[in-house]
Amino acid sequence: MFIGVILGVIIGVLPGLGGANGIAILLPLTFTMPPTSAIIMLSCIYWGALFGGAITSILFNIPGEPWSVATTFDGYPMAQQGRAGEALTAAFTSSFIGAFVAVVMITFLAPLVAKFALKFGPPEFFSVYFLTFCSFIGMGKGSPWKTLAAMMLGFALAAVGMDTMTGQLRLNFGFHELMRGFDFLIAVIGLFGIGEILLSMEEGLSFSGGSARIDFKIVIATWKKLPRYWLTSLRSCLIGCWMGITPGGATPASFMSYGVAKRMSPNGAKFGTGQLEGVVAPETAAHAAGTSALLPMLSLGIPGSPTAAVLLGGLLIWGLQPGPLLFVEKKDFVWGLIASMYLGNLAGLIIVLTCVPLFAAILRIPFSIIAPLIIVICAIGAYTVHNAMLDIWFMLGFGVIGYVFKKLDYPMAPMVLALVLGDRAEDSFRQSMLISQGNLSVFFSNWLVGAIMSLGLVMLFWPLVAKLRGR
Amino acid sequence: MPTDQHEQADERSVVSMRTMEIIVAAAIFAFGAVVAWASWQLGARWGGDGPQAGYFPFYIGVIIAFASLVTLVQAVLGRSANPGEAFVERGQLKLVFAVLGPALVYVLVIQWFGIYLASAIYMAVFMAWLGNYAWWKAVLLGIAVSVSVFMMFEIWFKVPLHKGTFYDPLSLIGY
Repeated sequence: MFIGVILGVIIGVLPGLGGANGIAILLPLTFTMPPTSAIIMLSCIYWGALFGGAITSILFNIPGEPWSVATTFDGYPMAQQGRAGEALTAAFTSSFIGAFVAVVMITFLAPLVAKFALKFGPPEFFSVYFLTFCSFIGMGKGSPWKTLAAMMLGFALAAVGMDTMTGQLRLNFGFHELMRGFDFLIAVIGLFGIGEILLSMEEGLSFSGGSARIDFKIVIATWKKLPRYWLTSLRSCLIGCWMGITPGGATPASFMSYGVAKRMSPNGAKFGTGQLEGVVAPETAAHAAGTSALLPMLSLGIPGSPTAAVLLGGLLIWGLQPGPLLFVEKKDFVWGLIASMYLGNLAGLIIVLTCVPLFAAILRIPFSIIAPLIIVICAIGAYTVHNAMLDIWFMLGFGVIGYVFKKLDYPMAPMVLALVLGDRAEDSFRQSMLISQGNLSVFFSNWLVGAIMSLGLVMLFWPLVAKLRGR
Repeated sequence: MPTDQHEQADERSVVSMRTMEIIVAAAIFAFGAVVAWASWQLGARWGGDGPQAGYFPFYIGVIIAFASLVTLVQAVLGRSANPGEAFVERGQLKLVFAVLGPALVYVLVIQWFGIYLASAIYMAVFMAWLGNYAWWKAVLLGIAVSVSVFMMFEIWFKVPLHKGTFYDPLSLIGY
């Protein structure tokens, strides 16, 4: 467990590796373990990555994770003023609080949501997938058309290979190697890992930063200040939980929370100059969201964040079908996971608070050593998924695509989401089509599915509505 | 060529943001069209027992084509964000290719000689060439990385990695 947290933190600290691809790379390694301990290991990596992302964003202004971008706004100025210890302590403590609240919520709500979900048939499932995809289009900050195109590319790639319902080969253009289809792990490793390396290479990134020292006095002094911001914390927790369950994810949650805190706080005008509150708000929300993202994944089989999507893939590989039945058939597994979340969170807090100088030392390894190392690890990760050489080539190709897409602001998360969920969404769509004999009105046949579909449609057309209202 | 050279790097634009937007949108459009066409060939209609295999991907292809068409039109009209900005500067492109080129060679060497030899060489060359390290340091670290990867995968986790198709250097030590 501690190994998992430490690995996760290392992944979170490294700018080229995020939680999603870190788990993707380490996923094959856990195949030899029993599923319960493997998923505990992975969720600890997840914790670690959540904690670790804050370290580089505060110390070096390099967000190790997308959701720690908002942390850099106030965290980095604090570090520049020599208050790095304070900022780090605040970040870790508030992430702990955010995650803790979310875990408590999971403990009490998970069985409820699971029971509710047992009523779900294919049309309901499709409507939930539909809502997920729509909210990505609606809430993304870039061009909705690009989000749509990226997402559909993911769907198309997921469709390559054997058709799950008729067993027909499709879209393989005569290449037998393509029968397997594209594995989402390959895409994730390429898009995020290799793409990020190419991007940081272009900027000629050179890491530099002073050593960060946390001695225990600062920790206690900061803790004394923190209760003042209880309102900010509470608000951020709520935003985070809500964003985590509706698959907004940790990144929009952190931004939204930062924005709200800035508007509501009495000294909001000073935000951006090194306010403790400006670190507390995004970190709490990011972790509450990151954690509660696991709830829909476990109980409905819908990942609330890209990392949860990769975790979902892991569950599927072990033959654990996430969804309502998981709570009935694999009780010990689910409660083991929830228990490990409490422990992992606490362990993570202790580890990161004590090891910060060590983490900072990682960044002093020059880029010319880190970069090839990451590429080597990516290649190994890509190969081990199917033991196929061709996958390494695909990974490289995805890397170039990831580089170009990132520069042109095509969002990557929806693409990965579609790649993971594509087959399942298609299955449920076709099953419901079979039930209704091709009549689309099946998606509005009862209040439940109708409400979810309508919400999805609202999300889908949200950019349009917002534009009209803005005029 | 060291990485910190970017200050004096060439800042001439290779290709503008707008051109790149158009190229990428067109490529995605073509991809969508191919997907839709291939699915249509496969049967995208309602078969005797339900939707045919190409039913779902056909619409996916259509949506891809449509979405990229909108992006394409926006780009051509110059309504996308920072159309005049450089997509990539010449100096930056050089650096990117300095990573991408060796990476291509690296994958090729993996295919022929297996992952371990390739990784050692790749680490060493990258460090010595881009990082200006002394050769002996680079080679030492390259070998260290390869050996630790070998220990971790082949021995602890019992996960066999790719051995060369052309010649497998590990056959010398019986693996």
